[in-house]
Amino acid sequence: MRASIWLIPVVLFFALAALLYASLGRDTETLPSALINQPVPAFALPDLLDENTVHTEAIFEGRWALLNVWGSWCPTCYVEHPYFMQLAEQGVDIVGVNYKDAKDKAEKYLMDLGNPYSEIIVDREGDFALDLGVYGAPETYLINPDGIILVRHAGEVNAQVWEEKFQPHLPSSVDATVVPAPAAPMP
Amino acid sequence: MIVEIGHFAVWLALGLALLQSFAPLLGTWKQQASWINLARPLAKMQFLLVSIAIVALGWAFYSNDFSVTYVANHSNSDLPWGYRLSAIWGGHEGSLLLWIWMLAAWGAAVALLSRSVPASMVAKVLAVMGMIAVGFLSFMLFTSNPFDRMLPWFPIDGADLNPLLQDPGLVVHPPMLYMGYVGFSVAFAFAVAGLISGRLDPAWARWARPWTTVAWAFLTVGIALGSWWAYYELGWGGWWFWDPVENASFMPWLSGSALLHSLAVTEKRNLFRAWTVLLAILTFSLSLLGTFLVRSGVLTSVHAFANDPARGTFILIFLAVVAGGSLLLFAMRAPLLQNKSGFKLLSRETFLLGNNLLLLTATFVVLMGTLFPLIGDAMDVRISISGPYFNAFFVPLTLLLMAILVPGVIANWKRHRWAALKAPLAWAAIGGVIVGFLASLWPEPTSFVGTLAMIMVMYVVIGHLYDWYKKATAFRQGLWRGSRRLQRSYYGMILAHCGLALVVAGITMVTHHEIERDVRMVPGDTVSVGGFDFTFEDVKPRKGPNYDAMRGTFLVEKNGRKVTYMYPEKRNYRVAQQVMTQVALRPGLIFDLYVALGEELDMPGAWAVRVYYKPGVRWLWLGALIMAIGGILAAMDKRYRKPMPKGQQEQTA
Repeated sequence: MRASIWLIPVVLFFALAALLYASLGRDTETLPSALINQPVPAFALPDLLDENTVHTEAIFEGRWALLNVWGSWCPTCYVEHPYFMQLAEQGVDIVGVNYKDAKDKAEKYLMDLGNPYSEIIVDREGDFALDLGVYGAPETYLINPDGIILVRHAGEVNAQVWEEKFQPHLPSSVDATVVPAPAAPMP
Repeated sequence: MIVEIGHFAVWLALGLALLQSFAPLLGTWKQQASWINLARPLAKMQFLLVSIAIVALGWAFYSNDFSVTYVANHSNSDLPWGYRLSAIWGGHEGSLLLWIWMLAAWGAAVALLSRSVPASMVAKVLAVMGMIAVGFLSFMLFTSNPFDRMLPWFPIDGADLNPLLQDPGLVVHPPMLYMGYVGFSVAFAFAVAGLISGRLDPAWARWARPWTTVAWAFLTVGIALGSWWAYYELGWGGWWFWDPVENASFMPWLSGSALLHSLAVTEKRNLFRAWTVLLAILTFSLSLLGTFLVRSGVLTSVHAFANDPARGTFILIFLAVVAGGSLLLFAMRAPLLQNKSGFKLLSRETFLLGNNLLLLTATFVVLMGTLFPLIGDAMDVRISISGPYFNAFFVPLTLLLMAILVPGVIANWKRHRWAALKAPLAWAAIGGVIVGFLASLWPEPTSFVGTLAMIMVMYVVIGHLYDWYKKATAFRQGLWRGSRRLQRSYYGMILAHCGLALVVAGITMVTHHEIERDVRMVPGDTVSVGGFDFTFEDVKPRKGPNYDAMRGTFLVEKNGRKVTYMYPEKRNYRVAQQVMTQVALRPGLIFDLYVALGEELDMPGAWAVRVYYKPGVRWLWLGALIMAIGGILAAMDKRYRKPMPKGQQEQTA
């Protein structure tokens, strides 16, 4: 056998190491998004709990809202869910995107853990999430009353993340912990 | 003061590790017996010093010394003392100390127990382990020191241990897992020592084999404990999530399993030598990769430690030195490792080669699935990878592996006649189809894959029983006396393989026959799951040491007769302000009953309740335990303790 073939493992390893090196410092939580300071991409998708209602990007107008991409198949979503319940109780307006999920499982998840969302957009095929540039669930976005995305966060949202990443973007005139939710249209 | 002693002990340990990593090696090169003989005492001292350090950190936790930053971040004066101690490994810095302690323990064990290995070989092995210790000790001391103090202003009380980690399962899970991870460093050290000395023969494989087997057994138990913990602590009844951190422990397990089998070929037949060395390097490198993935923050995971790219850089450089260096050494030496003897297509070697290829494919599948977010990043492709991807590969791979398992056990080394293999295989296959099909009908008929899996399980078990019977009676002294003449390593193998069959049976049962019911209940309601009636009696508040709980009471009845009471809880941990679901379990060999309290619903007194019936779920962990026991039994085989024949003592230098 030629001696050079024994170098294959070395080469493969250094290719892997290069990939890992390139990924270092890759902030898995503040992924740069092409959509920062851009409007929410257009969509027309049904509501999870009421399939006759179709939501569009217009629902984000005139309110400060969080957009949370979740699925019942995503372990981290279970972890961050209690915190969203707290936020919702404090009056934070959260719009859910149920991502690549089965309807019955998603409903079960909400039955079990409670529903912090004012609306839940069903994105079964993941098209809307693709337009948003979602890497995986959970991901959370802060959207201002003009429908512009201000913050993108991949991974768990907890008290620390909320204080460090989301609160600074909220207008100083509003109470830091409570985002006033201007009359969310009731389904 | 005690903390400072511990801190000092770690610095001393680093000094000794530096000495250990080159003095014995120089000794073997210069033929200086006194330098060679330094290796064993140095390894023992190393263990003593790191033990002092870990005891000191334990004392800081026990005595609630919140001036130590690490203690302040991971403990609280209300935390029960048992969890205060397990909090030693509840965070990044302390778990690193545990890692180092395990490494030192393995080094001391090699120093104490390798009487049958030539001193020059032990010197090289311990030197390599010393280098690994240098890497990890400096990693800890320079980037993540658990002994750092917050002075002069330290908090009055600590931030508490993550409630998820306040659990008996978590007290033992990390030590077991690390014993396995770190144990592969011994196999790695043997491989590198073998490459340095150019000695990679059956004797070398015989020395390295028991260490690998024991490390593998620990890792098996560690992974099983993690799965068990996730099952009852995370509160949604799953037992494996293909989470990056789970994968990080599963990859070395898979390649370690391949290594075990390849070492067998090297020991018995002096074949696959280059391959074995490569697997030993790969397995330990995957352990290091796991450490990197968990601690560098390149991937998000439920288990991830505090993320810090500086730590990531350090581990990556270390990984590059360890894996890159050893692979280069391998590339230089491997051309000398050409096989001299061959084997026929129909032989045990072929089946073991198949085993290796399947296990490595599985490792690669997990590696790709885990790293995909990074690869996807680099190629700008966005696909989320989860359970279905892994299952699509793992179901066929496992079934194939089980299919070649039986002929692999039956076939002879070197060559086997097809005529002699036909009969036992036919028996196992026919028996497997009949018994497996019947078994798959319980509790109700299942899908094609479920039936096939049950058939494979029974085929493996029957094949092994058949082989055992044949081999025991081959002594012509009757089954009883014959069975006692078979070696321990043989029984270890039978146990481990049957353990695997039990794991697969458990997975099949729980996947195909579990019943999950999520219901809204008010006190007085009854729900029926798996033939049991669960009556929701009430919910009462309860005060724990560091949490407040709402505790539900459920009466479980079968056919109107009381079976048990179950008490699921919803806990709110006061300091961490985290809500946790404490599941109520009624474990059983055949099935588990599982009740979890969800959220209180809009109507007062109404709760979302999860009631699960999980048949066979215990078999998963029981099977893993049996595999581990099999491994330990095999490692205790007499032949590993036989002293070397005279004259072979110092033939290598």
